[in-house]
Amino acid sequence: MELLERFAAGDLEAFEALFRQHQKEVYFWIVRIVRDSGIAEDLTVETFWRIYRARDRFHPAGNFRAWARKIATNAALDHLRTARREIELPEDLASAGAADPAVRHETREQIKQAFFQLPAKYRLVATLALIEEEPYDKIAEAVGISEALVKVRVFRGVRILRKKLNSLGAEVGAK
Amino acid sequence: MSNEENNKGIKELLQQAFAPLKDPELRRDLWPQMLQKLSQQPARVSWFDWALAAILSAVLLLFPGAILALLYHL
Repeated sequence: MELLERFAAGDLEAFEALFRQHQKEVYFWIVRIVRDSGIAEDLTVETFWRIYRARDRFHPAGNFRAWARKIATNAALDHLRTARREIELPEDLASAGAADPAVRHETREQIKQAFFQLPAKYRLVATLALIEEEPYDKIAEAVGISEALVKVRVFRGVRILRKKLNSLGAEVGAK
Repeated sequence: MSNEENNKGIKELLQQAFAPLKDPELRRDLWPQMLQKLSQQPARVSWFDWALAAILSAVLLLFPGAILALLYHL
């Protein structure tokens, strides 16, 4: 019996094999949304917990990777909805990338503040599309909405951000 | 104005505030944590227990006087 069939039938060893195959990829996807390594680890486990509970609904001929990413996205979105908006970036990930030193600290703080105030569904797509530069079709599949709706959410998120930043007195390039 | 143009300024600002995570590493194996979560799975109530609870509720509804007798025997 194939691995996915055994998993769907409730075989724990098959589940462990799938977990080990996909945990890094799921973590990688989640950490780019929540931007906190500890939370991303917890959400990776939560994702596989949801996967295990939903194994009856998984069709062995289906795409496990895409299914796992969709569940991971939902788990991350649930976290964004419940987490405090003013959460600070942890030092490890805040300094992991090369933020432009030319951009003043104050401006970066204003951007973060405005970004964390975005509704979770806009923040999710804005993070993936604008910061991580994931293609719209991949985001659409992961979120479970159409590509057109992803574009609409990015557009609305940008509009809200621009308003907030303008009210905070930050300089925003394009109108 | 296209979406791309509309997003451009904000995109640059966001990438300066939150630099893209190029290659975040998973620092440990999460399987032990997964096993712990699986072992915490709440015990499922069997259909027999549900049936007993339903019968008891029905008896108490039909014969409220039995409540006192039941409490006496508890």
